[in-house]
Amino acid sequence: MSALDGYNFAYLDEQTKRMIRRALLKAVAIPGHQIPFGSREMPLPYGWGTGGIQVTAAIIGPADTLKVIDQGADDTTNAVSIRRFFASLAGVATTTRTAEATIIQTRHRIPERALTVDQIIVYQVPQPEPLSKLQPSRAETRRMHALSEYGLMHVKLYEDVARFGEIAISYDYPVMVNHRHLMSPSPIPAFDNPKLHRMAALQLFGAGREKRIYAIPPHTDVKSLDFEDHPFRASRAPHPCGICGSNSSYLDEVVTDNEGGRLFVCSDTDYCSENSK
Amino acid sequence: MIDISEPGFADPVRDAQGCFRAVLAAMSRPGSVHPITPALHPPAPLHPATAAVLLTLADPETTLWIDPALSAASPWIAFHCGAKTRAAIHDARFVLTTKFPDIEKLDRGSDEAPEDSATVILQIERLEEGPSLRLAGPGLASPTDFRATGLPADFPTIWRANHALYPRGIDLILCAGEKIASLPRSVEVS
Repeated sequence: MSALDGYNFAYLDEQTKRMIRRALLKAVAIPGHQIPFGSREMPLPYGWGTGGIQVTAAIIGPADTLKVIDQGADDTTNAVSIRRFFASLAGVATTTRTAEATIIQTRHRIPERALTVDQIIVYQVPQPEPLSKLQPSRAETRRMHALSEYGLMHVKLYEDVARFGEIAISYDYPVMVNHRHLMSPSPIPAFDNPKLHRMAALQLFGAGREKRIYAIPPHTDVKSLDFEDHPFRASRAPHPCGICGSNSSYLDEVVTDNEGGRLFVCSDTDYCSENSK
Repeated sequence: MIDISEPGFADPVRDAQGCFRAVLAAMSRPGSVHPITPALHPPAPLHPATAAVLLTLADPETTLWIDPALSAASPWIAFHCGAKTRAAIHDARFVLTTKFPDIEKLDRGSDEAPEDSATVILQIERLEEGPSLRLAGPGLASPTDFRATGLPADFPTIWRANHALYPRGIDLILCAGEKIASLPRSVEVS
């Protein structure tokens, strides 16, 4: 497929790409630190992946194969439209197979299959600031990151333990990157957090509305915040997948009728179809 | 007479993308050596890799300090990149040089905005040759050996001072011939 006439390769102009590329290099050099960037208006609304799409546009080339997932699925509106966007504006090959992709843009999941050193995963991030719900002032949170002053987050986790007996965060579970920066992993389920740790693939994060880019280089230490007596635990629904029977993948709960019938199926559609073969 | 007759990238969009991916891979895996594929014939004494990195990252939005030893290439850089050149090395986001600079004089960013620091683009004679350094840190599954010529003899000590400032500090892109490698501030050198 060739790129659409009248547009630059991958939509963004070259000046914008250079600006994003410079931000990406600094993001890789300071794992977990949020870099401000001049986020552009994109032909899709905020909240639909404007940050991720700008990061993908800045890195993608004709030799790449792109996979886009939304909550693990290749066939949902957001994933399909972003995949088509790059197929028509960059003329790149697309795939739904995790193993075949060189770039994976994701909304809120990490594929079940372990990623390799030759792959890059791009996360769509709605709120890059992990402290935003505890401290609304951006000036203050910047200072807290500068001083590595994360006591407030530990108090929040402690209050969860005191009130609920456990840390009550099921997604967007805060992590410490490279023992220095507190980072939002984007709203992936806490189930996916262990995959962030020392992942072989480069991880890039783009927040379009909030105008921030951050990154985790390959093989970087990423630790989910916890306490010695309340260690981090990744949880999943206690069922096998209703289609492939997997006992280890992250599951979606699907309501099937009006009588309370429900089905638990893999959220990662590519993993599920490979597993069903 | 200013000589700007040497062209830049033949295909500015794709060549810049290819070069950026090499720089991104180099920055993500410190010490790994990556070829720069587009054929470039920059004016001496600029190497093709150095020229490609400049074309990929420098533009009118960036500030650049150019080592006097490379001043013969200044008109080419000014024409193709349009970067704002700075007389004082501290004012530049990109420092283009053939000799590792005194990092005390460079912008090393602030605690709140460590990303404002300088990136040093160091042109050297050869990668994968010369004294061996041991690298460890983010991007490396296990400590790795790295070899480059043209770094100062006490480089591990200099870099320790840079790494001690983390998350402040400078990042280094090494260019030799048609190859690049990188040392981000997060890496430890011994």
